[in-house]
Amino acid sequence: MTLTDTSPVSDNSKDTNLVPELLGPWSLIWRKFKRHRLAYFSLWFVGFIYLMALFGEFLTTQDINETNRRAPFAPPMSVQLFTNDESGTSQFLLHARGLKLELNEEERRRTFVEDPDKIIPLGFFVEGYDYKLLGLIPLNTHLFGAKNPRDRVYFFGADRLGRDIYSRIVMGTRVSMSIGLVGVALSMVIGISLGGISGYYGGWIDNIIQRLIEFIRSIPTIPLWMGLAAAIPLGWPPLRTYFVVTVIVSMIGWTSLAREVRGKFLSLRKEDFVTAARLDGLTDWEVIRRHMVPSFSSHIIASLTLAVPLMILAETSLSFLGIGLQPPTVSWGTLLKEAQNIRTIIQAPWLLIAPGTMIVMAVLALNFLGDGLRDAADPNAH
Amino acid sequence: MFAFLLRRIFYMIPTVILVSIVTFLIIQLPPGDYLDTLAAELSDQGGLDSGTMEALREQYGLGQPFFVQYWKWITGIVMQGDFGLSFEKNLPVGDLIWDRLGWTFAISLMTLLFIWAIALPIGIYSAVRKYSFGDYAATFFGFIGLAVPNFLLALVMMYVAFKYFGQSVGGLVSPEYLDAPWTWEKYVDLFKHIWMPIVVVGTSGAAALIRIMRANLLDELYRPYVVTARAKGMSEFQLLMRYPVRVALNPFLSTIGWILPTLVSGEIIVAVVMNLPTTGPMLLRALLVQDMYLAGSLILIVSLLTVLGTLISDLLLAWIDPRIRYQ
Repeated sequence: MTLTDTSPVSDNSKDTNLVPELLGPWSLIWRKFKRHRLAYFSLWFVGFIYLMALFGEFLTTQDINETNRRAPFAPPMSVQLFTNDESGTSQFLLHARGLKLELNEEERRRTFVEDPDKIIPLGFFVEGYDYKLLGLIPLNTHLFGAKNPRDRVYFFGADRLGRDIYSRIVMGTRVSMSIGLVGVALSMVIGISLGGISGYYGGWIDNIIQRLIEFIRSIPTIPLWMGLAAAIPLGWPPLRTYFVVTVIVSMIGWTSLAREVRGKFLSLRKEDFVTAARLDGLTDWEVIRRHMVPSFSSHIIASLTLAVPLMILAETSLSFLGIGLQPPTVSWGTLLKEAQNIRTIIQAPWLLIAPGTMIVMAVLALNFLGDGLRDAADPNAH
Repeated sequence: MFAFLLRRIFYMIPTVILVSIVTFLIIQLPPGDYLDTLAAELSDQGGLDSGTMEALREQYGLGQPFFVQYWKWITGIVMQGDFGLSFEKNLPVGDLIWDRLGWTFAISLMTLLFIWAIALPIGIYSAVRKYSFGDYAATFFGFIGLAVPNFLLALVMMYVAFKYFGQSVGGLVSPEYLDAPWTWEKYVDLFKHIWMPIVVVGTSGAAALIRIMRANLLDELYRPYVVTARAKGMSEFQLLMRYPVRVALNPFLSTIGWILPTLVSGEIIVAVVMNLPTTGPMLLRALLVQDMYLAGSLILIVSLLTVLGTLISDLLLAWIDPRIRYQ
C-alpha cells in the first residue's frame, strides 16, 4: 500500500550510487490515486462508514427497538455547550435541551416545544443498554449519550413509536452497506465467470451468454424485481429475506461486469504473453488465473466499487416500497419507508432528511472513490 | 437496411418469448395463490369452506401444472387479446390497464425528450468550456443526480412544493379536475403537475447523458479535421454544430437502448410515491395481493414495450450510422 521509500540517509555509508526506485503496478496506482484529492477523501469517508457499520452498537445512544410512548415524532433536540444557573452566570456543560408537549391552539393538536428547564447532560463513554461488541464482547459503554441512562436524547428526532432515529440510522448502516458488499461479491462471481467463459472460449457459448446479457439489460428492472421481491413470504426469518434481497439486487450488477471482463479477455487472448504461457503448457485455468486476471484486476476493482452504490440504491428502493427487507430489520430503506406519505413528512421532516442525507452521502462517496480508482487504474489517463 | 430490419425483428422473437415465460414464472413464484389471500382476508368473517375454494380454483384454472397455466394464459393473450381476470377487482385485466400503461409511457417519453433537451446543450457547453465554472457546476449536478434515488428526490420535491409553494401534490391533476372532461383548464392543471415526475425521473438519466456527451465531444474537439475547418475560417458555432457534435451524437443516440428501461423503472417507483394514475401503484398492489394475471400482464406489457422501444432506437441508429447496418 505504501510507497517504497529509499532513504539515502541511513545507508549512505555503503554505496552512494542509489538504485532507481522501482514501483510495482499497485504502488503506481496508489500514488496516482492519492493525487486525486476528492477520491482520497472519499476513501476515508467510506472507511469511516464501514467502521460505523462494524461498531454500530457502540455508537448508538439508545436501543433501536425501544419505543417511547411519550415521544412519538419528537423533533431533533438541540445540543448546547453552556447552561445558565440561577445567578445568570453561564457555565460549561455539554447538554441537550429536553422537550415537552404543549397544546398548539392553531393546529389543534399537541406539539413538542423546547423545555428550557429540562437539561440533559451529555458525555462521552456513558453507560447505556447492554450489547455485544462485534457480537463477542459484552459491554454497556456507549461512545456518546446522556449521562443518566434513564434520560432519552434524540439527536435526529424520533419516529412514530418514539424510537431514536440517530441510533436506527447507525444500525441501518450495517444492513445497507453490507448488502452492497455481499451483492457485489455475488455479481463479481457470476460476472467474472460468465464474462470470462464468454471471452475466452468465444463461439456459440459467447453468443448465448451475450444474448442472455442483452435480454436482461433490455427489460425494465424495477417491475421484475418487484415481482421477485414480492414473492418473498412475509413470514421468513430476517436473515433469509436479507440473503434473497441481496441475490435479487446483485442481478443488476453482473451484466455490465461480464461485458467488461469479456472485452478484456477478447483483447488479451491474442497478446504474446498469453500465447507464451499457453506454449509453456499451462492449462486454461492457470493461464486465466496467473496471467490474465492480474492484468485487469485493477479495472475490475474500480468497476466493482462503482457497482456498490447501485446495489445500495436498489435495496433502498425495494425496502422503501415495502417489498424488500421487512421491519424489524433496520436498513436505510426501511427507515425511509416511515416517511412514505406527505402528511408524515410535513409533520416530521427529519424522518426523511436524516436517512436521506446518509444515503446520498454514502452513495456520493462510493461514486467518487470508484471514479478515482478507475482513473488511477487506467495507464493511459492523464 | 431492409435486411437489417428483418434480422433485428427476428432476433426480437426469442426475447419476447423469454420475457413472457420469465414473467409468468415470477408471478407464479409466491407460495399459494390469490385464493389463499382471499381466504386469509375472509377468515375474520368465518372464511371460505374448502368446497367453495375448490370450485373457485377450478374456475380460475389454478393448481394446474405450470406449463398448462402458461399455455392457457399466453394463447388467450395472443389469440383473443384476453389478459385474464383481475381477481381483486373482478374485472377483465384488459379493461383496467390500458389507461395506466398509456400514462406510464407518455411520462417516460416526455422524460426522454426532457433529458435530451437538458443534456445536449449542457454536455456541449461543458466540453467546449472545459474546467470552467459552468463545467464544474454541471459535473457537480451530475454526481448529485446519480446519487439521489428517484423516490427520495420525489419525496423532497413534494415536501418543498407543498410546504413552500402550497401546491397540491400527488396525482396528475388537482382533485377537482379528476372526473372533469378534458377542457383547457384541465390541461393547464395537468401541465402544472406533470413536470414534477418528469424532472424527478429524468434527473439521473440527464446526469449520465451529460457525462457521456461531454466525454464524446472532448474526444472529437481536438481532431485534425476540426483544426482544418477552423483554419478555413468557419465560424466557431457553425463549425461545432456541423462536425464534432454530429459525430459525438451517435453514441448519444445509442443510449436510448439502455435509458428507456431505466426510465420506465424510475417512472414506476416515482408513481408509487407521487400516487400517479400509472402502472406503478397498480402493479405494487397487484403483487402484494397476488392478483397474478393483473401483475403478470402489467410486467409483460411494460417489458414488451421497452423491448420495442429499444428496437426503434437501434433502427434509428442504423439509419443515421451506416457502419452499424453492414456489420
